Amino acid sequence: MKDVIDLKSPANILTIIVVGLCAVVPFLAPALGEPFYVIVFARIMVWAIAAVSLNLIMGYGGMISFGHAVYLGIGAYAIGILAFHGVTSAWIQWPVAIGACAVISLIFGAISLRTRGVYFIMITLALAQMLFFLSVSAERYGSDDGLNILARSDFGVSFFSLEDNMTMYYTIFAFLLASVFVSWKLVHSRFGVVMRAAKSNETRVQAVGVSTYRYRLTAFVIAGVMCGIAGLLQANLERFVSPDMMNWPRSGELIFMVVLGGMSTLFGPVTGAFVFLMLSEILSTWTIHWHIIFGPFLVLIVLFARGGIAGLLTPRASRE
Amino acid sequence: MRKSFGGLTATDNLSLEATRGEIHAVIGPNGAGKTTLVHLLSGLLKPDAGEIMFEGRDITRLSAPARVNQGLARSFQITSIFREFTVLENVMLSVQAGQGHSFRFWRPAAKDESLRAPARELLERVGLGGRMDVKAGNLAHGEQRQLEIAISLATGPSFLLLDEPMAGMGLEESQVMIDFLKALKGDYTMLLIEHDMDAVFALADRITVLVYGRAIATGTPDEIRNDASVRAAYLGDEASGGTV
Amino acid sequence: MDYVLLIEQFLNGFQLGIILFLMAAGLTLVFGIMDLVNLAHGSMFMIGAFVGGTIAAVTGSFVIGVVLMIPAMLLIGMAVEMTTLRTLYPRDHLDHVLATFGLILFFNAATRLIWGPEGLVVPLPDFLEGSVALGIGITYPVYRIMIIVVGLLVALGLYVLVAKTRIGMLIRAGASNRTMAGALGVNIPMLFSVVFGIGAVLAGLAGLIITPITAAQIGMGEDVLILAFVVIVIGGIGSIRGAFIASIVTGVIDTMGRSFLDVFLLLFLPENAAESAGPALSSMMIYILMAAILFFRPQGLFPPKGAQ
Repeated sequence: MKDVIDLKSPANILTIIVVGLCAVVPFLAPALGEPFYVIVFARIMVWAIAAVSLNLIMGYGGMISFGHAVYLGIGAYAIGILAFHGVTSAWIQWPVAIGACAVISLIFGAISLRTRGVYFIMITLALAQMLFFLSVSAERYGSDDGLNILARSDFGVSFFSLEDNMTMYYTIFAFLLASVFVSWKLVHSRFGVVMRAAKSNETRVQAVGVSTYRYRLTAFVIAGVMCGIAGLLQANLERFVSPDMMNWPRSGELIFMVVLGGMSTLFGPVTGAFVFLMLSEILSTWTIHWHIIFGPFLVLIVLFARGGIAGLLTPRASRE
Repeated sequence: MRKSFGGLTATDNLSLEATRGEIHAVIGPNGAGKTTLVHLLSGLLKPDAGEIMFEGRDITRLSAPARVNQGLARSFQITSIFREFTVLENVMLSVQAGQGHSFRFWRPAAKDESLRAPARELLERVGLGGRMDVKAGNLAHGEQRQLEIAISLATGPSFLLLDEPMAGMGLEESQVMIDFLKALKGDYTMLLIEHDMDAVFALADRITVLVYGRAIATGTPDEIRNDASVRAAYLGDEASGGTV
Repeated sequence: MDYVLLIEQFLNGFQLGIILFLMAAGLTLVFGIMDLVNLAHGSMFMIGAFVGGTIAAVTGSFVIGVVLMIPAMLLIGMAVEMTTLRTLYPRDHLDHVLATFGLILFFNAATRLIWGPEGLVVPLPDFLEGSVALGIGITYPVYRIMIIVVGLLVALGLYVLVAKTRIGMLIRAGASNRTMAGALGVNIPMLFSVVFGIGAVLAGLAGLIITPITAAQIGMGEDVLILAFVVIVIGGIGSIRGAFIASIVTGVIDTMGRSFLDVFLLLFLPENAAESAGPALSSMMIYILMAAILFFRPQGLFPPKGAQ
């Protein structure tokens, strides 16, 4: 796998535009009289982190998890429930959120990675729905209606407060860049080589003496934790959590973002999240029946644009 | 060793022994249980009875990856390589596997000289030195077969289980492979499962003939060539036709 | 514990199992034969309910609604198969998931556009109202008994269709060897369309017969779809028999769990703990069951032949 970065390729230009926009929107949007776009971009970035984490296991590891949004929910509910009980310190909230995601992704991964193919898809879906129904049945924490969070995570220092929207925004931005960087390091490490090799030809990996299960499970947990961080950021950003955050359509949307941007590309999930959510944003202002256009659009993407945007924007000759 | 599937006994009372450094070939008509034997030895199947000893240790119950770590490598009849990886990366992964666990998450593996150097050296030795940066999927069939074996060699085995290395090869490619395996002879103990009689007689020190899961004869190539029961059961109609 | 309630809840669970079976049968057939993961199967459940319910409302007869729903769903199912899903057979499972996910969004939006966001109430036909006494003090609604009977008849019919008839033979031949069946002169694309259409009819039937109890709503098929996934994972993909057994087991355990788990937990836990853990645990029970079964049998209870 060669990473010769060609800054002039259309896919990379799009990446640079998206990341650049994310960097300047808090200044640009108010200046253009559209301050609403600051929150839109913050949301896009949270989803992008989740999509990057899914790409790690799906794009590079070949594990099609159809329940990935559950970790968004777990990360978010950890913040919401602790805040509900009066625990607002980030130094407690964040480790608990991350720990909860690690434990649950370990359990879910250990069960679902025993299976392959379509069984894996359905089991990750079912396990995620289990927690979704659990959150719906948790009357104490608002059931369907969700749970308001009165205060964002408190770091206890004067110079860094998430209550400041600018700080909140750039914290998310920093985590987005960090998630891409971590994926990049992981994918190219020895661990990442095993993961990619297992996607390509698992029998062969076993036949050179590596039992793939442990590697897949580790990747599954790393992705779960990374997505959990997106969830805890989302809870802080929105000051609200609800079961809907981890309902199965969210998992489907995450898969779409990854595929739309281009699987197994570092920034693909970021551009995918951007295009997916901007398109939803724009279409939904036209009509409440926007899914009638959006649904067939997604079908057409699958049928005719397999490599996602990255694939469409890459000249045919240089495709592999 | 014995292995049955339902009412069908694929391998029955089979006993094989390979001496260090020699090439032991297993031949037999289709359905003789060759594939089952490969699965039993590589650990994809577990025998119903009997045991597999390797360098004095009982490996009967070890998983497939664990056997490789003990030094028992295999190649596949149907080429099994990482098609999206370059030739060098294919072998580097295998070197990495041979070095033990791969739970290293940060340092880039591609620039790691402790992986590159042995991989490069091995590829030079097997004659793929000039093709290192080619994507494995783009190699010619014969080269893919060589890479297949190079991947197995890179785990640092003492024993090689070769599952029809000549599969799908033309005459010329087969000759290259025969020379290649000859060059490896002595460094590794090899169990060669093969259809190509020319290759078997050119390479093997000893040959076992498998029919219906039983070894009907074991001996030197000359002994096998002259064994009446082998001729009757297997070689008779094919020896005249040359390769199968 | 009240045994009357116990038996009633058992029957309710059995009836849920029947609904699940009607969903799972189509899913597992389509998966087993075409190797297609079809999320839009839940949409067929919903469309069946809305189309059949509308026909029932217009004609004033629930029975006519059911009868006319059958050809309608057959056509809709075959149309979906021919326009979209057919292209997906050679693709991987990820593409199946994505494309059929797009279809769900479309069908939900289209249903909202046509029938409005409130859904559709389908009244129970008069002759199916009321309850009958089943002896030993138990009375049970006629309509629910009818659902069970219809489901069992369909299960039997499906068994006969697949195991005994020419079309069943073609289905099995198509599943095990496409080229061979093709060489025998079977029109494989047409066969697949018909199989998909049958799956759509079964899902639509399930959606329609449940509406007098629950009313037709947008997205109603999705929760059932996920339960049906659990069912076919437990039962083993491609197995009608596995789907039937797993449906009934899932339906009964889910329903019984929701009614009795808190009572059961009282035996071990203090009252307030049991009351809060009961609903939470009961909503998770079938998933725990699924995880347990997969732990011992990763291919489900009745794994398809040659899947090892």
